[in-house]
Amino acid sequence: MIRYVGRRLLQSVVVLAGVTITVFVLTALLPGSTARAILGPKATPIAIAAFNHAHGLDRPLPVQYAVYVWQLAHGDLGFSYLLNESVGQLIGERLPKTLVLLTLAYAVALLVAVPIGMMQAVRRNRVEDYGITAVAFLLYSMPAFWLGLILIIVFSADLSILPPEGPQGGVDTYLGQLPALVLPVLSLSLITIALFSRYMRSSVIDNLVQDYVRTARAKGASESWVLYRHVLRNSLIPLITLLGLSLPVIFSGALITEAVFNLPGMGLLFWDAARRRDYPVLLGVTLVVAVATVIGNLLADILYATADPRVRLTGS
Amino acid sequence: MSEATTPSPPVAGLAGTLPEGGEIIITGSALRMIADTFRENRMAVIALGYVVLVILVCFLGPLLYHTDQVHTNIAEASLAPGTDGHVLGTDDDGYDMLGRLLLGGQASLEVGLAAALIAVVFGALWGAVAGYAGGVVDAVMMRVVDTLLAIPALFALLVLAAIFTPSIPMLIVVVALVAWLVPARLVRGETLSLRTREYVEAVRVMGGGSTRIVLRHIIPNTIGTIMVNATFQVADAILLVAVLGFLGLGVPPPATDWGSLLSRGTNYIYAGDWWLIYPAGIAIATTVAAFNLVGDALRDSLEVRLQRR
Repeated sequence: MIRYVGRRLLQSVVVLAGVTITVFVLTALLPGSTARAILGPKATPIAIAAFNHAHGLDRPLPVQYAVYVWQLAHGDLGFSYLLNESVGQLIGERLPKTLVLLTLAYAVALLVAVPIGMMQAVRRNRVEDYGITAVAFLLYSMPAFWLGLILIIVFSADLSILPPEGPQGGVDTYLGQLPALVLPVLSLSLITIALFSRYMRSSVIDNLVQDYVRTARAKGASESWVLYRHVLRNSLIPLITLLGLSLPVIFSGALITEAVFNLPGMGLLFWDAARRRDYPVLLGVTLVVAVATVIGNLLADILYATADPRVRLTGS
Repeated sequence: MSEATTPSPPVAGLAGTLPEGGEIIITGSALRMIADTFRENRMAVIALGYVVLVILVCFLGPLLYHTDQVHTNIAEASLAPGTDGHVLGTDDDGYDMLGRLLLGGQASLEVGLAAALIAVVFGALWGAVAGYAGGVVDAVMMRVVDTLLAIPALFALLVLAAIFTPSIPMLIVVVALVAWLVPARLVRGETLSLRTREYVEAVRVMGGGSTRIVLRHIIPNTIGTIMVNATFQVADAILLVAVLGFLGLGVPPPATDWGSLLSRGTNYIYAGDWWLIYPAGIAIATTVAAFNLVGDALRDSLEVRLQRR
């Protein structure tokens, strides 16, 4: 187990180093210079050179990268010249909002998808199964932002029962703005439900034909005992991996949701930065998201290995 | 994978065109897989039919339904469907929406299909080379894939789309750049088991080089996996392009794509101009769903075939 975790940990460190290089190279490729963006189109070449020199932007790329990593190691994610605020601070302000959105969406998705997937597996190839599969398929194939738009049209424009905008202000004020959270969470969790319930369905089906189910039934266990005591627990194990694997999808979904509902979280911060060519913010957010993805996957793998001994036995 | 050794009748039309027995049988089996899939699965036939229909309508429709998609016409802006012969009304620039939907469909489908093709070809080569080479080469190549996979596609896409001015060729490259990773992983996984097979050993003993083994023996044997993934890739690519369009990084006007159409439509939610929001969204959702259905059917039949071996 320790060897397995150690190996995965080492892999993750390599991947993280790769992520910083990738993000840095991407940013170096961006057109338009920071100096131009800040000093304006009328800035003289001398002013631009002075700005570049002052911010170390005239140094060779490998040096700039080394400086970048050195600063990262000291917890410095960079400084947004455009917003005149440190990237770490910006992300610190925005991240909690995204985390609230993600946590709620994951919670709702799991609470709905697990029972639905189980029900589908038990009643597979009947009307209910086909119906839910069809709906899940459509949700999964829908552009996330379009689903958000439809929710706004129905619940805000037509029925006027929910605000079309996500909650504004700090996370501490969210309790007073619960109605504003409903549509963003609903929109993000609907697509996640579609994904999770499909996995849950096939996971339960896989488990239903296992020998241990036959054994339990042969011992005279009731169908609900077999389902809830044996099948459910084993079927949830693959979902651990799915939770980790779905992180990039969920982060992308959160970005879209925040853009649609104007919820000022990390996704919206990133989108604004992309449009303003605010390199340090682009770097910082991409890095945070990638690190979260790597750590999430690592945790999921370790949890999975803890839950399923077969993995760590074959893995090491 | 017993295909290379199992004598099976070569597909008639291909027998004369391909030089060697192995490839003919493999190509034949891939074609047969598709044929079986669609013979057994009625939903897949409907979905495939729908895909073909959408492609035909988008590319041939404008020949029958003439609209001006270059010049704006403010005098005819925001007309409701049915007025003045505009079947789906007009947008805020006076463009005919049905014409716009077909034009946008062309862009979305071109990008989706081309990006998926590039991604799958490149990804399959990458994965096969990594898996066949093994050792350090494999480790380095796959850590590259892991690294890029750690950056969520949409985040990478936004940065890339901000670097390159959007146009159809650029969108194809940008989407392919983030899409090749999954096929690379899948093909590498299969290559690991394929490279120890007897027939690969046999080729090596007979003096076949690595390039030959990878291109003519390993990749053809992963064709099932590749085809299944390619189908899903098209669906994903269409969705990604739609998101880029929605975030303002799609094909620039007067050209358009389905996502950009929706992006403009968002301004008219409260005006009740439903024709700016529903048709493009329905087009995306149904086309993507159809590609996913075809992919699902192909995967099911691939799994069944693997179990039979």
